[in-house]
Amino acid sequence: MNKTTVTALVSGLLFGLGLLLSGMANPEKVLGFLDLLGAWDPSLALVMGGAIAVGLPVFFIAGRRGRTLLGDQIQMPTRRDIDRPLVVGSLLFGMGWGLAGFCPGPAVVATGAGEPKALIFTVAMLVGMILFQLTQRRAQTTQSGAQS
Amino acid sequence: MTIDWNAFTPYTALAGGALIGLATAVLLLLNGRIAGISGILGGLLFRAPGETAWRLAFTIGLLVGPALWMLVHALPPIHIDAGYPVLVAAGLLVGIGTRYGSGCTSGHGVCGLSRLSPRSLVATLTFMAAGFITVFVVRHLLGA
Repeated sequence: MNKTTVTALVSGLLFGLGLLLSGMANPEKVLGFLDLLGAWDPSLALVMGGAIAVGLPVFFIAGRRGRTLLGDQIQMPTRRDIDRPLVVGSLLFGMGWGLAGFCPGPAVVATGAGEPKALIFTVAMLVGMILFQLTQRRAQTTQSGAQS
Repeated sequence: MTIDWNAFTPYTALAGGALIGLATAVLLLLNGRIAGISGILGGLLFRAPGETAWRLAFTIGLLVGPALWMLVHALPPIHIDAGYPVLVAAGLLVGIGTRYGSGCTSGHGVCGLSRLSPRSLVATLTFMAAGFITVFVVRHLLGA
């Protein structure tokens, strides 16, 4: 197995354990945070805070190095524009997040924990991703068709 | 606003968050990739050459995490109140929305804010606001 395959596996494991430890694999806890006007559970804010406290110096170093510790190029997102898809997409995501209390990572982890309802959510999410990709492809072919 | 002190778990939240930060550090400093879960899953569905193995390995790590946890401790509670129709609708919204908006809580919320990206700040504020409003409507206006 490739080195980077192993490191990705380790990263996924740590991520999954972090979501379990923080309580974020539990939709009840996520919804407790999103329910600002009810009995509010601020935990999610501290999860983000803890992750970003580690992430800030790491991304700073990564940005300066430009290369991984194994010598490969670091692929950093380059876009800086705030466009309609960014906002509309995030609105749709937030609605779904608020309805079920699941975002992608916790849904996959809860599926791994053997929760049938998490599996249903995850399958629907993957279907949504496929639907989106198909409409994008169609839009691209129509566009290139109009140009040619 | 009243804080639910019984539900609030500051220490495990911070420690779990730090673990998530460590996971993104491993993927960034060893794989050179951003730990954005919607992007990783979306990339698995429509494969790009050379990008499949690490994405698959990361996803397997997420799935196997609970089993690893159970070797040392009982799993923490996972309560899913939503019924099946709501789960399907929510899943579709999350799938479409995260791909259209190029990221989710991990890619925009953790990684994007860590690299001080204005796009990710806008995305995070937007999906947080949408989440707050949705829960407000569902719990307090519709009273479900």
